Amino acid sequence: MRPAPPPTPDDIQAVIDTERHREGALLPILHALQEAYGHIPEGAYPLLTATLGITRAELHGVVSFYHDFRDVPAGRHVVKVCRAEACQSVGANAMAATLLDRFGLDWHGTTPDGRVTIEPVYCLGLCACGPAAMVDGKLIGRADPAKLAAALSEPSVEEAPA
Amino acid sequence: MKIYVSLDSAAKALGADEVAEAIRHEARARGIEVDLVRTGSRGMIWLEPLVEIDRGAGRIAHGPVTPQDVPALFDGTADSLGPTDDIPFLAGQTRLTFARCGITDPLSLADYEGHGGLAGLRRALGMEAAAIVEEVKTSGLRGRGGAGFPTGIKWDTVRQARAEQKYIVCNADEGDSGTFADRMIMEGDPFSLIEGMIIAGLGTGATKGFVYIRSEYPDAIAIMDRAIRLARDGGLLGPDILGSGRAFEMEVRIGAGAYVCGEETSLLNSLEGKRGVVRAKPPLPALQGAFGRPTVVNNVLSLATIPVIFEKGAQHYADFGLGRSRGTMPIQIAGNVQHGGLYETAFGLPLGTLVNEIAGGTASGRPVKAVQVGGPLGAYFAPHQFDTPFGYEEFDGAGGLIGHAGIVVFDDTADMAGMARFAMEFCAVESCGKCTPCRIGAVRGVETIDRIAAGDPDATAILTDLCETMTAGSLCALGGFTPYPVMSALHLFPEDFGQAREAAE
Repeated sequence: MRPAPPPTPDDIQAVIDTERHREGALLPILHALQEAYGHIPEGAYPLLTATLGITRAELHGVVSFYHDFRDVPAGRHVVKVCRAEACQSVGANAMAATLLDRFGLDWHGTTPDGRVTIEPVYCLGLCACGPAAMVDGKLIGRADPAKLAAALSEPSVEEAPA
Repeated sequence: MKIYVSLDSAAKALGADEVAEAIRHEARARGIEVDLVRTGSRGMIWLEPLVEIDRGAGRIAHGPVTPQDVPALFDGTADSLGPTDDIPFLAGQTRLTFARCGITDPLSLADYEGHGGLAGLRRALGMEAAAIVEEVKTSGLRGRGGAGFPTGIKWDTVRQARAEQKYIVCNADEGDSGTFADRMIMEGDPFSLIEGMIIAGLGTGATKGFVYIRSEYPDAIAIMDRAIRLARDGGLLGPDILGSGRAFEMEVRIGAGAYVCGEETSLLNSLEGKRGVVRAKPPLPALQGAFGRPTVVNNVLSLATIPVIFEKGAQHYADFGLGRSRGTMPIQIAGNVQHGGLYETAFGLPLGTLVNEIAGGTASGRPVKAVQVGGPLGAYFAPHQFDTPFGYEEFDGAGGLIGHAGIVVFDDTADMAGMARFAMEFCAVESCGKCTPCRIGAVRGVETIDRIAAGDPDATAILTDLCETMTAGSLCALGGFTPYPVMSALHLFPEDFGQAREAAE
């Protein structure tokens, strides 16, 4: 699959401008950029520093601090598996190991075809129905590898844009 | 015929949307007029997707329901749990904060008002700020996020601070494993949080509020966003609250996956668009909080409990509870349990009653080995400590904490050395990096627990010393409290660390 062309500075600035009016606008802007492009594009850095009057070092400090923000896009499907205590008490570790093994991945890894990224998450608030996972934003309670694989192969998921 | 199906994340994760769709489909196929209401969750997660049917004589519960069960629901031949309110798990509760959750349509202001909503705000609008704060003090409400600081005292500090702008910040960065009450109330009764924040504004002179919600809660974010818009349209928010001439405005802010942002000063930095690094106190956030202005930072449950305190009176609330733990606590029962969910009750219930009776023991049917109370920074408890009453001081006295009141149950297959190692690993992943004992100590902690597991006889003393350093030398609860699960696991289950029980005691 051919990668999409990088966004133009005007495109990026338009996204920045939707959120810049807020008090403490940086996180809302970063969320908007990631929503639009799947990651924080390199081209956004000079525009963000100029718009907000911060240094590149400050910006890098913020982007790298938060687990959510990506330098490069994730796979077309993102599976987040809860690793926290409540899910561990009902077998999350074994389930995660099976899942990672099935895709030949380690945590944060993406399959070579760019289809699936598997990430740890520390609590989805589904602690009374674990193990919990999220596949492309859809929550799954009492998850097992079969349920997750099924969620990944649903036609609606398969057709979702990258 | 009215049918109620939850839209709570946990219910949806167990298939509630598919069940709701099957109900709509079946009703159409049969040509029956059905009023399908998506409510919050009743909190009986093991029964989700729960379907309640009201044929005119009250709600009758069915659950867990699958889409295949739906025709039988219409035929009246499906297994029933009887009247929902008579289910022992619900009947035994005292619901003040969660009174409406699971009953009303979370996005109907009319429904909210019809069930006691806005009565507290109307009363507060007729009170002086000092009287509002006094009412909160009288209620005995303490911060439900975990620290247990008296809410009224915090409000009073902000009320007395002089500034052009003050803020109410709701901490909805509920990252503790085993806790989901913030999520449930935001998804199931968002107007209670909005009303609580408005009253906080009236009591302190703040006119702007932020709800900082973790990004792992997309449904809660969407529902709060819609509820805020509805509240604005309904004249509840804006320049003229319910025609009073008083102003309050609020918005949702989304976290970005950093656990430490549940710490209030770190949250404030994040809100300002900075790294979520912990700030030293003083200055207190009450005096220099968001954007350097006086700020109330309260947990979701603290703020969502404010309306009922003003509706029923502070004394009504304070009459529940034990010792200095007044009122009720929405306890979240999680992990390896038969009956997991939300159980709101007055403080004082023994831990063992919660685990063995209300939760019904483990889901696996195996003996309970350990219970972690208060999230990943809370201590493990063993069955011989099950007589500890649920209260702030009582848990402190037993070497633990109640935190945000999540309890996570483990059966006898749990490897407690592995859990201790995980606590250190989690601290290393989530440390903001400001304090050396947390940033470096957590990494060393993982290594030292590995040395203990490998049989190094000196490593236990090193781990103990390291934990003391983390406790004493960290600014916030992440580095400061990670030793709770680690040391409690070591003391209670030395055999899991490859040690004889006598040696560790």
